[in-house]
This record gives sequence, structure tokens and C-alpha cells, in this order.
Amino acid sequence: MALLDVTNLGISFGGLRAVDAFEIHIEHGELYGLIGPNGAGKTTVFNLLTGVYKPDTGTIMLADKNITGMKTTMINKAGIARTFQNIRLFKNLTVLDNVKAGLHNNYEYSTFAGIFRLPSYRNTEKAMDEKAMELLSVFDLDGEVNLLAGNLPYGKQRKLEIARALATDPKLLLLDEPAAGMNPNETKELMNTIALIRDKFDMTILLIEHDMKLVSGICEKLTVLNFGQILSQGKTSDVLNDPEVIKAYLGE
Amino acid sequence: MKRLKINRDYLITYGIVIVFYVIMSILKGTNNLSSLFKGLLVPLCVYMIMAVSLNLTVGILGELSLGHAGFMCVGAFSSAFFSMIMKDSITNPIVRFIIAIIISAVVAAIFGILIGIPVLRLRGDYLAIVTLAFGEIIKNIINILYVGKDADGIHVSFKDAASLGMGEDGKIIINGAQGITGTPNDSTFTIGIILLIISLFIVLNFMSSRSGRAVMAIRDNRIAAESIGINISKYKLMAFAISASLAGMAGALYAHNLATLNALPKNFGYNMSIMILVYVVLGGIGNIRGSVIAAAILTVLPELLRGLSDYRMLIYSIVLIGMMLFNSSSKAEQWKAKFSPAKLIKKHKTVKEAE
Repeated sequence: MALLDVTNLGISFGGLRAVDAFEIHIEHGELYGLIGPNGAGKTTVFNLLTGVYKPDTGTIMLADKNITGMKTTMINKAGIARTFQNIRLFKNLTVLDNVKAGLHNNYEYSTFAGIFRLPSYRNTEKAMDEKAMELLSVFDLDGEVNLLAGNLPYGKQRKLEIARALATDPKLLLLDEPAAGMNPNETKELMNTIALIRDKFDMTILLIEHDMKLVSGICEKLTVLNFGQILSQGKTSDVLNDPEVIKAYLGE
Repeated sequence: MKRLKINRDYLITYGIVIVFYVIMSILKGTNNLSSLFKGLLVPLCVYMIMAVSLNLTVGILGELSLGHAGFMCVGAFSSAFFSMIMKDSITNPIVRFIIAIIISAVVAAIFGILIGIPVLRLRGDYLAIVTLAFGEIIKNIINILYVGKDADGIHVSFKDAASLGMGEDGKIIINGAQGITGTPNDSTFTIGIILLIISLFIVLNFMSSRSGRAVMAIRDNRIAAESIGINISKYKLMAFAISASLAGMAGALYAHNLATLNALPKNFGYNMSIMILVYVVLGGIGNIRGSVIAAAILTVLPELLRGLSDYRMLIYSIVLIGMMLFNSSSKAEQWKAKFSPAKLIKKHKTVKEAE
């Protein structure tokens, strides 16, 4: 069985069939790309996978567990973490606290222990600090731990969002346009980081991206969406040479 | 390193409160306080605790509550009721008052949870309006509530005192609009300051713990908080209940400072909720220390200006406008950052080390 098995997924908004008969099978450790023109339904697929929307049809299986229709919070606990197209950080918290918020479910102590500073508070917070610093250093953010997240430059905000998602210790990481708004150098750096995450954390990644250089550079498999339907699916090189894909998305 | 900084910031807050307490005690001991000012000391603590409590809801949880006086009212009446019943059984005033305070906190927290379950599903303006309605409803229910005690036990009525149907030895405890008369005068400035420090301790430590981080994450971005597996309703309700229980404590302090406790628009109504909100907004939303200082200044100011009679409210409003402008300008932000107590201490230390 694949890590993520999605079959016949669909949702309508009013009369519009935003996503229809969507299927995807992602194996453990794969780097998978989801591409397509604007409005094709890529982000809607992400919202369906993370429980922001409830699908009308279809099932989502994560590691043999049916997570269809579960709440966002529960889906994250089941093992899917994501980033957002328009960055959603906790702007008034520090960089460190953003990651520690991500560690919320993996390091527990009671509110009572927190208020009265019991030993479980001190020990757990210390372990959280260490874990958070470890994650931040992967993204080269360990110099800015005490800065408010809202004051970080754009590229670093994107990285911090990935670090926060990874802090929840997911099985599958969804990245929604991680390279949006980045210059070519930053994009290149990001490519390396994504590849590094996959290797270092043994992570499975599904990403939405418009930057074809990034997609063809790191994704092993691709799914192309157009008007809510799958246009093409398979190995990156095959998909990118598919005449349908070239016509609808890449341009001749 | 970060933890150190937070601790220093907290210590300064506690320090300000303690210095304030010492100065006031000395002034009081040497008879340098006017009787009017003396009478103001306990209410001052009440308002400061209310400011801390509301700042937890408005600044940390990020929800606008306009009915906070309602929780204070619940706390005031539940604790006063307890003290009235136990007046003869528990003669040690301190023990009785401590139990009364705990009861007020628990009852207000229960109300906070009951109100919070439906209300926290709403957002923004809707939540503000429902909490406003809650405050008014509580006040009006208390005004028609009659409770008496006789040999058979406790009698409750929503009609009038006569329909309680008590025996000969019956004593009315809550007498509708006339409220509770004869509450023991247990509140002192010292107890008020201790309660204020307890409130600060709870709120500041909550903020820098795992649960507080979750609450602030929800405030900053609900969708992102959900996406990292934070249980939204649980943490919103937790913060709201803690805030309500602190307001209840303030209510107990308030009730035991008065001979007659009744629910008027003036003390538990909309005006009170707005006044507390003014402290929070002027002191800085999310800035606990600021709201305590604002509560102190804005409570004392009208009394200090009493001698100016007609110009009193004029000066009060000018100060309000001035504080608002000062808080919102970017120049003031820079100035505050430069002269913040934490920074000054650090500077002082580095200078010392250099020597």
C-alpha cells in the first residue's frame, strides 16, 4: 500500500465542480508535484486532504487509515502537515515560539504544571527548545530565534512555515507554492532545502508549484490538474512531454 | 537566553506592584493619605485585577468581551452569599475570605465555560454583542433574585421576598434589587495586592507556557493553528475560563469591601465593562503590565482632580486622548523601546561589567 491513497475525490461549490474524480497514490519517501494552470483546483485538493473542506465523494487513506472527512486538527495528528500559499505564520510570536507551537502535540505537560512551573514544565520546555533549535538550524534560521515571525524577510518566512509544519512530525508534508515570490537564487536554495528535508527527515512531500525549473528539478512524479480534472499523471519526464500538458499548461 | 529575558520582564511587573504597595502602605501608616484615597485602595486592586483578567481575553485570546463585569458580578454575589451563610460557622475572617475567594473564582469559571461554549463559536462583533448581553442578563437576574435561609434550608424565589415562604427564624440573604446587606468587611489593601500578584502570576506564566502559546497561535492565525493540530475550542475555552475566574476573584474583593452589595448599572453594568476595556486598550492590548498601570492612573486621576471641580472630566478626557495618541504613534514606540525598564537594567549591567 502507498502512504497516501486518494481515490475518486471530488467537491462542488454551488454549481461548480471544483475537483472531480481526483486520484493520487504517493509512496513513502517520494517527492511528488501537483501542477496546473491557475484555478485548476490544486489548492482545493490540499484543502480537501487537510480537512479544510469536506469532500462530496471519494476516500483519502493515509498509511492505511481512512481520514476522509476528519477535522483539520485530527488530520494533522494522523500525520499530514502543510504550508500555505499566502503565508500564515503566528506573526506576533517569536520565530522560536512558532516552531514550538508546531511541537504542541509531541511534547505535553498540563496547563497546571505550566502555570506553577513544575519540573515537568521545565524539562519539557527545555526539550522543546532543543528540538526547535535543531529544526531551525536546518533552515538556517537559528540566528533569528527571538525575532517576531512577522518581521522576518519573505523568503525566511516561507522557510519558517516549513519548519513549523515539520515540527508536528508528519508522515506527509504538503507544500503550497513554496517558491512563490522568490528570486531564482532563493528558489535554487529552496530546491536544495526541500531535497535535504526529504533525505534528513525521511519525509514524503507533495508540492504545488508553478516554477517548472523547481518541479522538473526535484519531483519524481507529477499530476497535472486542469479545470478540476486530472490531465496527466506519472513520471515527471513523461508528464512534461505529454502533448496535452504542453497544450494546456506549458505552452508550445 | 530568551527565558532570562522573559523572567526579567516579569520581575519588573511584580516589582512595580510591590513598590506601589510599599509606598501606599507607608503613606497610609504615616497618615498622609486622605480618607477618600484610603477608600480607593481596595477598588484600585479590583480594577487592576479586572484589567489583567480582561487583557487575557482581549489581548491574549484576541476576542472582544463586553460583558466582563458580568463575571465580576457572579463572583461578587456567590462569594458574598457564602460569607453571609458562613458568618456564624466560620469565625476566622481570613479563612472565610479565602474560601469565599476560591468559591467566587470557581463559580465565575463555571459561568465562563457555560457562556464560552456557545459564545466562542462566534467571531468578532458577534461575540462582543453576545457577551454584552450576558453581562446585562446576569445583572438583571440578580436584581429579581430572592434567597433566604431558615431552619429548613435555603429558599429561592424570582418573585418577591414574601414568596420565599420561610419559617419564623428565616433570614433574607439576597433581597432582590436591594442585594446583600451586611457582608463582612474582609477586603483589605494587602489582600487586594496579594490577589493582584496571584492574577499576574497566573496570567504571565500561562502566557509563556505550552497552553498559552497555543492560545496566542489561535489568536494570530486560526487556520494555521488548526493545521498544526491545536485543538481550537479547548484552548479558547481554557483562556476564557481562566479570565472569568480572575474576574470572579475581583468580584469577591469588591463585594467584601462594601456594606451593601447590589447589582447596579454603575458597578456591574455595561459602563463597568467598557471602563475595564478602556484600561486594557490604553495600557496596551496584550500588554499586561501596561493595563495594570493604566487602571491605576485612570482610577486615581478623577479623585486627584476633584479639587478642580468643573474641569475634572475635561482633564480626564484630555489625558485619555493623550495616552491614546502616545500609544499609537511610532515615535512613542521607539521611545518606549529605548527607555523600557528591561533595557535600562541591561544597559546598567553592561556598563557595570565594562567597569
